[in-house]
Amino acid sequence: MSLKIVVLAKQVPDTRNVGPDAMTPEGTVNRAALPAVFNPEDLNALEQALRLKEQFPGSTISVVTMGLPKSAEVIREALYRGADEGYVITDRCLGGADTLATSYTLSQAIKKIGGFDIILGGRQAIDGDTAQVGPQIAEKLGLTQVTYAEEILELNPDTRKIIIKRHVDGGVETVEAPLPLVVTVNGSAAPCRPRNAKRVLKYKNATAPAERTPEQAEAMAELVAKKPYLNINQWGAADIDADPEQIGKTGSPTNVKAVKNIVFKAKESRTMTASDADIEGLIVELLDSNTIG
Amino acid sequence: MNSVFVYCEIEGKTVADVSLELLTKGRKLANTLGVQLECICAGAGLEGVEKQVIPFGVDRVHIFDAEGLFPYTSNPHTALVVNLFKEEKPQICLMGATVIGRDLGPRVSSSLHSGLTADCTQLEIGDFEMNVKNADGEMVKKQYTQQLYQIRPAFGGNIVATIVNPEHRPQMATVREGVMKKEVLDANYKGEVIRHDVAKYVPETEYVVKVLDRHIEKAKHNLKGASIVVSGGYGMGSREGFDMLFELAKELHAEVGASRAAVDAGFADHDRQIGQTGVTVRPKVYIACGISGQIQHIAGMQDAGIIISINNDPNAPINTIADYVINGTVEEVVPKMIKYYKKNSK
Repeated sequence: MSLKIVVLAKQVPDTRNVGPDAMTPEGTVNRAALPAVFNPEDLNALEQALRLKEQFPGSTISVVTMGLPKSAEVIREALYRGADEGYVITDRCLGGADTLATSYTLSQAIKKIGGFDIILGGRQAIDGDTAQVGPQIAEKLGLTQVTYAEEILELNPDTRKIIIKRHVDGGVETVEAPLPLVVTVNGSAAPCRPRNAKRVLKYKNATAPAERTPEQAEAMAELVAKKPYLNINQWGAADIDADPEQIGKTGSPTNVKAVKNIVFKAKESRTMTASDADIEGLIVELLDSNTIG
Repeated sequence: MNSVFVYCEIEGKTVADVSLELLTKGRKLANTLGVQLECICAGAGLEGVEKQVIPFGVDRVHIFDAEGLFPYTSNPHTALVVNLFKEEKPQICLMGATVIGRDLGPRVSSSLHSGLTADCTQLEIGDFEMNVKNADGEMVKKQYTQQLYQIRPAFGGNIVATIVNPEHRPQMATVREGVMKKEVLDANYKGEVIRHDVAKYVPETEYVVKVLDRHIEKAKHNLKGASIVVSGGYGMGSREGFDMLFELAKELHAEVGASRAAVDAGFADHDRQIGQTGVTVRPKVYIACGISGQIQHIAGMQDAGIIISINNDPNAPINTIADYVINGTVEEVVPKMIKYYKKNSK
């Protein structure tokens, strides 16, 4: 039996390495100062997909991402590591989406891909840490889910059941679930294998149409005609039959009312004495900034 | 109608602390809104479970007691929450930001098309104005009153965002264990108990995932996940010296850690050791008390958001990575921190 596997990936600003210039003087996030990376737990998910592919020859891995045209970078990275094809879901009208609008959009894309047996994604993305998109996609597709997965232990092609070890609060659990389903994978799961040099050579010129300059577009059209794998699929809202009421900011029930910068200047330390005034001043400052509750 | 709801997490027959903390917070929100506090208890063998929750000020307890509801699996719990909410139409629903809450919350919010904010650190009721499209598609200002402000750190903890979901109900939020305080309201509080027919809410077809095996250990502490860590070094002097750190930690809802030197000297248990050979922590606030700051210790805590160092040696290495350096002895500074925290916190 071969499997059709979908891996969800997100390009995220690397919030793990926030430097002093990560915030603008106005207190908003300076995205330009943060490198864009493959969301770490999505790589753990990709590794589980690659292991299934090895176990069931003939299986295919489709990587799906939603974001700006440059998020095709994560598709290329996944192709270098063993994925078979990629889809970039990009459209101006998708901007400002919260987790619910995002999961609706991705679920529409997954429906269009169709015929999937298992959908894998990271437990959460480091820019939001919400862990919501996986379960919401499962609900929208009418599938069950296994979150916080550590390892896929067994997949029985005859019964179409999968056995997964997962983390729960204070322990571990082994569950059995039917295919198709959504699985979100923990950062503590096996790390993703590195790039394969041959695949890097094969896919390094793969692009999504929106990444190409008008000059490149013509040359790429010829190239893609000969080597279709160099085309990263690109879909807009209309391509996935998305309901305009359910995407982008319009489709997002949550609204950001206010944002407050709580970054203390990086390591410009303040020295104080043990006097009552100094200690009380510090406590009040930490309370006012919601640093302590 | 339009109550505040808390989904109570139950391990075996015991309601989780995080749920009791949320009941405490939920009671306060319900008082502000002038509505009832209700909760859901779902599991197997739950006779008498209401006694664990009603003292926190719960007006109505919804009990779903059936084989198959424990251990928790996603689909049946989603079905009972969603179907109950379709009847009850709560305005707010709170869940623990635990593995269960973070598995269930998004599924429920997707099914009801309502907004969910993860890992809130504060919840408040407030009014605001927002630009919305009217029937003619024009942007107009609209007033919203008595909305739930869902306040959470975002972007790797570098900003704090206030989230609102003005047009959708329930307003859903998850909160981590230890963030809210747990306080019994009245041991003799009178609440109504409603035992639901589970089959009416959960179709047989929802029992799709089987839990084959479970290993749960009762954790002594949650150093790794703590958002505030109070940590002591050799400078604490003795095991008794650590007592004041436990006292400060209790006030701040923090966990106590220790340097290797303090553990080796027997001042603290081995499982509290922070550093290369111990636990690595990434709390929002790290308070280093009498810790000099060996490289191996710093490796286990340098990613903390804010580092406060209390040391009577102004040249202690840890001061070079600290955001706040307090020159003084722990015996003098820590009791003052406790005193002024008590005085200034709400």
